[in-house]
Amino acid sequence: MKNAVGREIPDFLLTNGKEVYQGKNYMDGKYIQKASPRTRRYEKPQESKLVETLADALRACGAKSGMTFSFHHHLRDGDFVVNMVMKAAIEELGLDNLTIAASSLGSAHDPIADYIEQGKVVGIQTSGIRGRMGEVVSAGKLPTPAIIRSHGGRPRAIEGGEVHIDIAFIAAPTSDCVGNCRGIGGKSDCGSMGYAMTDAEYADHVVIVTDCLVDFPNMPASVEAINVDAVVVVDSIGNPKKIASAAARISQNPRDLMMAENVAKVIASTPYFKDGFSFQTGVGGPSLAANLFLEQYMDERNIKMGWAIGGICGPMVELLKKGKVGKVIDVQDFDLDAVRSINQTPNHFEMSASQYANPANKGAFVNKLDFVVLAALEIDTGFNVNVLTGSDGVLRGAPGGHPDTAAGSKVCIIVTPLVRGRMATVCEHVVTVTTPGDCVDVLVTDYGIAVNPLRPDLVECLDNAGIPHVSIEELKEKAYSIVGRPDDLQWEDKVIAVLEARDGTILDVVRKIRPYQLDG
Amino acid sequence: MEIKKPAAAGTLESSDAQVMIEPGDGKIELSLQSSVMNQYGRQIRATILETLERLDVTSAKLTVVDKGALDCTLKARVECAVFRSCDASEANIPWGGAVR
Repeated sequence: MKNAVGREIPDFLLTNGKEVYQGKNYMDGKYIQKASPRTRRYEKPQESKLVETLADALRACGAKSGMTFSFHHHLRDGDFVVNMVMKAAIEELGLDNLTIAASSLGSAHDPIADYIEQGKVVGIQTSGIRGRMGEVVSAGKLPTPAIIRSHGGRPRAIEGGEVHIDIAFIAAPTSDCVGNCRGIGGKSDCGSMGYAMTDAEYADHVVIVTDCLVDFPNMPASVEAINVDAVVVVDSIGNPKKIASAAARISQNPRDLMMAENVAKVIASTPYFKDGFSFQTGVGGPSLAANLFLEQYMDERNIKMGWAIGGICGPMVELLKKGKVGKVIDVQDFDLDAVRSINQTPNHFEMSASQYANPANKGAFVNKLDFVVLAALEIDTGFNVNVLTGSDGVLRGAPGGHPDTAAGSKVCIIVTPLVRGRMATVCEHVVTVTTPGDCVDVLVTDYGIAVNPLRPDLVECLDNAGIPHVSIEELKEKAYSIVGRPDDLQWEDKVIAVLEARDGTILDVVRKIRPYQLDG
Repeated sequence: MEIKKPAAAGTLESSDAQVMIEPGDGKIELSLQSSVMNQYGRQIRATILETLERLDVTSAKLTVVDKGALDCTLKARVECAVFRSCDASEANIPWGGAVR
C-alpha cells in the first residue's frame, strides 16, 4: 500500500494493526496502552548488587536464547559495552536467537556483524546503523528486517510494548554498589544518560556496567537503583577519546559559514524570533555555525534564547554561561565542554529520550520548539529527507532526533551543500524517506534557499526581509546540471529494514540492493 | 594515439579519479571502480570511452578508481594519462583540438 510520502509498503508488514504513514499528527488524540515489565522483588535488604562478571549478571537475570537486550549510545563510537555483553552472552553462555534493541549503533560495533552472519543475532532495532553491521544487514543477513526508529519513536515503541526488553544493559560512567548511576565523575564520562532512562523503567531486568564504582549514594542519579538488578564493574566501558570529542569547533569553511549566515537570516525573518525563543541545532559544520550568526542577531535586537534542547555541545554551553540562553535541556553530550557542564552549570539539565521527543506522551520538549536546524544526506523535491541510506542504497546513518524535531518545531530548516562530490543532495527522489516532507519547512543550500510551499507564511517572511529564494525544483536542476542525472538504484524484492515514522506507522522500507552490473 | 608505456594521472582524493593506462592488445579494456557506481557507473564509463575515442586511442588497458569525480575531472585525468603514456604531455598538447 502506498503511504502519504508515496512509498510502497508491502502488505506483509501491515499486520497487528500496523499502518502506513498517513501524515503529520495522524495519531493525535488516540490512546496508547502502556506495557509494564515483569520485575523481580528485592524485599530482603541487600548490601550490594555487585556481581563478578557479565556472564554472572546474565545468569542472575535469567538470560536465555531468544531474548531482547537493550543498549544506549551515549558512549558513541567509543562504546565497548555492546560488544562485551554480546560476547559474554553468545560465547560464554552459548545463547542465540538474540535481538539487539539499541538507541543507536555505530562502527564501534563492527564485531556484532559476525554474530549476525553466524545467525546468533537475529534482530536489530536501532536508530543508527553503520559500518560492517550496516553492510551485513543491507546484504540481507538478518532473518527479519531491521527496525529503524527515531529517538522519539524508540521510547514510544518501548512504552507501548512494541519492543519488550528482557534485559537492559546500561553503560554507566559511575555507579554505586546498588546501581544508582550518573554520566559524570568517572573516567569514561558521557554527561547525559537520557536514552537509557526509558530502558531502565520498562525492561524486565536491568544490568549496570561501569568502570568506576563510587560510594553509595551516587546522587543525583540518572538511572536509579530501584530499577536495577545487578552491577558489574569492568576495566573500561569505552574509549574516552571517542566518547566525547575535545571540543566541537565552529567551522571555518567559508561555504559552511555562508550557509550558516543564511540560516540565521531566515530565523531572524520569522515572527518566532523573539525574546524567549527556543532552538535546537545539530553539530554538523553549517548547523553548528548557525549559533554564531544567530548570536549576532540576538545582540542586535537585544533578545535572549529561552531554552535550547538536543544533543548539546560546547558552543551552546558557552551561550548559557554568557547568559544568552535561559536553560539547556540535554539528552546527549557531544563534547567535553558539554559533558563537564551538565548538572554543574546552573540551568543545564538532563532529560530522557521520551521527555525529549516521544510523540505518544503528553508533551515532549520538541513540541514546544520554535526552530531546529538540521543536516541531510539527501532532500527531494517533496522536501522528504534521507539521513539513513547512502547513494549506493546501503545503511550508513541514523534518523536520530531528526524526524522528531522536524515534526515538533514551528520552523524546521535543513542546511546542506547542493552537491557532495558527485552526489546531488537535492534530488528527485530520496533513496529512503526518514523525515517526511510535511515536517520540513526551509532548505538552505550554497546555491540558494527554497521554502516548502506548505508554508506560505514563511514565504512571506522571507519576501518581507528581502531574502531571495527559489523553488526546490530549480535547486534540483542546478544540482543535476553539475553532477549529471543519476541512474535509479536497482533493488531486489527482499526488505532488509523497516523505517518507522515517529508515530509507529511505516514511513519507508529499505530493500536489498541488487549487485551493480555495469553492462546490465 | 598509441599507448606506448604505462602511465597514470589523478589521485584517490574525494571528488578525483585515478586513471592508470597501459598498452592494450587491439581493444579497449576498462576496469572501473567508483564510489558512486550505482548511480553514475554508466555515465562514468561513457565519459571515459568518449574521451579515448576523441584522442583516437583504440588499444589500451585502463584501470579507473573514481572517488566521485565530475565529468570534467574524469576527462582531464584520462587525457593526461594518455598523453603521459606516449610522452606527449610535455609540449604541443592540442589545446582546443583533441583536448577540449
